[in-house]
Amino acid sequence: MQLQTQTRPKVISVVVMEDRIDAATAIQFKEKMRDVTRDGPARVVLDMARVQFLDSSGLGAIVAVKKLLGPDRVLELSGLTPTVEKVFRLTRMDSVFTIHPSLEVAVAQAASA
Amino acid sequence: MPKLQVPDQDPRTPGLSLTIQADPVSVRGALKRLLSSPPLSDLAGTDRGLAEVVLAEVLNNVAEHAYGGTGGRVEVRLMKEHGLLRCLVVDEGRPMPGGQMPTGRLPGGPDLALDDLPEGGFGWHLIRSLSMDLTYARVDGKNRLSFALVATGESLGTLSPHDRSSGFGSG
Repeated sequence: MQLQTQTRPKVISVVVMEDRIDAATAIQFKEKMRDVTRDGPARVVLDMARVQFLDSSGLGAIVAVKKLLGPDRVLELSGLTPTVEKVFRLTRMDSVFTIHPSLEVAVAQAASA
Repeated sequence: MPKLQVPDQDPRTPGLSLTIQADPVSVRGALKRLLSSPPLSDLAGTDRGLAEVVLAEVLNNVAEHAYGGTGGRVEVRLMKEHGLLRCLVVDEGRPMPGGQMPTGRLPGGPDLALDDLPEGGFGWHLIRSLSMDLTYARVDGKNRLSFALVATGESLGTLSPHDRSSGFGSG
C-alpha cells in the first residue's frame, strides 16, 4: 500500500498510489494512514483519483481513519472515481465526508480557508 | 492454482466457473481473473465496477463468516442472460445465522457523533442495493447464494422484466 504525502501550510495531502483499497489491504491502509497523518496540519485530504475499486472493508478503513484523527482534525476526500463514488453514496457515507472533485480544488480551498 | 473453466455454451451467453480459496488475497486474484474474462469483461464500465463490488462483498463474506477466516473452497459461476448477469456462489462453510441472509440495514443513523460512525456492516447493504433476485439456500451441507446483476454492454439488449427466469439448475 503506497501513499504519497505532501505537507502544506494548512493541509496535508495523501495520494493513494494503488488502484484498490479492499479486504486484502484495508488494515495496511489504515495503519499507513495513521503513520503519515500523525503530525501536521489539522486538515487531511485523501486523494483517491487512482482508486478504481473500494469494497466495504476499504470504506470501513477510511471511516476508521477519520475517527483516528479525532474531533480536532478533519479528513476530506478528493477525486472519487465513479464506482467508488457510488459506494459512498449507497452507504450514505457521502454525507459524512466533505468530497472535493479534485486534489487541486481541495488544496486551494484549504489555502483560502 | 485456481481452476478456470469456460463451459461449452452458446457464445451469445458465455458462462464462466471459477473455484478458489476463500481468503482476501485469493478473492482479489479471482476478481482480477473474472473481470478480465467474458462475461464480465463485456460489461459497460460502471456495471463492471459495481459487479466487482457485489462479487467482492459476497466472496469476502464467505471467507470471513462461512469459513471464519480459516479458509475453504468457494465456487463462482457466472452466466449472461437477457441483459442480466446471473451469479451463483457455492461454499461448504457454516450456514448463514438462522438460515437467513442479513437484512443489510445500514448501521447508525443521521447526524452520528464521530465515535459512533460505523466501520463495518456495509457489505450486505451493498449486495442488496446492487443485486436482484437474491436467493439463499442451504443444500447438502453447502451454501448456495444466487443473484443477478445488471449487465448492459455495447452489444446487449435492454432488460425486459418479464423475462428473468433463473438460468441455474439445482445441481
